[in-house]
Amino acid sequence: MADYSTSECMVARAARELRDGEVVFVGIGLPNMACNLAKRTHAPNLVLIYESGAIGSRPSRLPVSIGDPALAQGALSVCSIPDLFQYYLIGGRIDVGFLGIAQMDRFGNINTTVIGDYDSPRVRLPGSGGACEIATHAKRVLIVASQRKQSFPEAVDFVTSPGQMPNGRKRAELGLPGGGPRILITDLGVYVFDAEDGELTLTERHPGVGIDQIRDSIGWDIRLGDDVSETVPPTDEELRIMREVLDPDHLFLKSA
Amino acid sequence: MALESSTSGSGKVTTMADAVGRLVRDGDTLMIDGFTHLICFAAGHEIIRQRRRDLTLCRMTPDLIYDQLIAAGCARKLVFSWAGNPGAGSLFAFRRAVEKGVPLPLELEEYSHFGMAARVMAGAANLPFYPVRSYAGSDMPQANPQIRSVTCPYTDEKLATVPALNPDVAIVHAQRADTDGNTQAWGITGTQKETAFASERVIVVVEELVDESVIRSDPNRTIIPGMIVDAVVVEPFGCHPSYVHGYYDRDNDFYVGWGDISRDRRRLDAWLEEWVYGVSDRAEYLARLGSERVETLRAREVLSQPVNYGF
Repeated sequence: MADYSTSECMVARAARELRDGEVVFVGIGLPNMACNLAKRTHAPNLVLIYESGAIGSRPSRLPVSIGDPALAQGALSVCSIPDLFQYYLIGGRIDVGFLGIAQMDRFGNINTTVIGDYDSPRVRLPGSGGACEIATHAKRVLIVASQRKQSFPEAVDFVTSPGQMPNGRKRAELGLPGGGPRILITDLGVYVFDAEDGELTLTERHPGVGIDQIRDSIGWDIRLGDDVSETVPPTDEELRIMREVLDPDHLFLKSA
Repeated sequence: MALESSTSGSGKVTTMADAVGRLVRDGDTLMIDGFTHLICFAAGHEIIRQRRRDLTLCRMTPDLIYDQLIAAGCARKLVFSWAGNPGAGSLFAFRRAVEKGVPLPLELEEYSHFGMAARVMAGAANLPFYPVRSYAGSDMPQANPQIRSVTCPYTDEKLATVPALNPDVAIVHAQRADTDGNTQAWGITGTQKETAFASERVIVVVEELVDESVIRSDPNRTIIPGMIVDAVVVEPFGCHPSYVHGYYDRDNDFYVGWGDISRDRRRLDAWLEEWVYGVSDRAEYLARLGSERVETLRAREVLSQPVNYGF
């Protein structure tokens, strides 16, 4: 087995969550790598949609921002922001959305707005962007994050984007049309949100990562699945595509 | 509303200094639009040079240009949905203003992306608000009392609402326009059209001025009609370090390097001194940037297939 980095393991694992023919709302960085890897392996008919309005993109370089011209050049369509949000996302045509976090609680409620009090924050974060709409409308949401204890507190400082139980209420009661967060992939392991009560549950740990390390990196007593398996590492072919095709200049996978 | 000079088309073409001097006023609500693409830094720099004050700055993504306007003390309030350095980290002047009130306190009015887009859609359509299926289960309505709700008269469904946004002045960059301001843009078009239609005064900034016959040869590409445009400024490379599709690429090294500049207030002030106050216009900025850097950013030619408008 070839050597691989944590980022490469996360990209490969995220790629395997995507099914052929699905429509994905792609973010920059790891989600972009995962979607383009899936498209070049098991999901050639994956449709990549970017928040800037690019539909069916085939980026010829690693996009440096969500509005990179490589996402528009050669796309199937480029539409305005109102069209993108109304007809694609809110219209219910997005199967999978990716979200990042600054803080997340055990039900997948995400904070990307402030650390501390809203009116006098210790750290002012960027805010929602499209995250609140993705969390509301995508049929399922994949969350990708570095696992640091302060990022996974018992309660988030601010709910920017609703998870499985926002303010203790079920999504259906609140009229949220999408399915919400389904899986969390970190640098230590993989988690799902319980189908019954929405609580985060560990299902896989990455090779070489111990349960204690995982427990120490999360702010509550993490629920363990019945059978915690080891994450299948990236294959030689997946590594080759990531390193030679998707990120030849090591802009993203610099830790490789 | 169009100015007197706009009654004859060619009267709209002017310099950036004149357009900003006449159309951007202290206390205005201003929207320099463009989603990553087509962000008019040349206009932002001219506003800083002319020392406009108490502006309410609106944009989905404040980007580096609003970080610079905030650092220069031009802004009283920011209306936005995502305040980061896209693909490259934090906007530190924005953070200093919010976290420490430096150089001035900054009032915030915050939405999600679609909330902001919906606000200019309502503004453009002369509607008082726009209903959105966002914010259920989010704390955003508590942070922003302007996010309210309405009960649908047909289904009894409760929907969130956002108020119309009608800026005093919009500045929209595009690839080309004619002298009357009939404006064509391609690539990522964001909310440029809605922003222009929502605003009281409209400044269009373009890479190239073209003859009206060029516009008429491809009318589907026109996103803003001259009838709502007050001034046309021709400013090649006016978006650097942002980009203009088909003309030049984003200067990503600048975006990545901005974090180190904006993190340190003195360094940011020195940057403004050198690149904004220290030049008289965009041409001088570009001369300082150097032809070598400009040439490395220039776009390669990838042409679309022409279409037949014949009948």
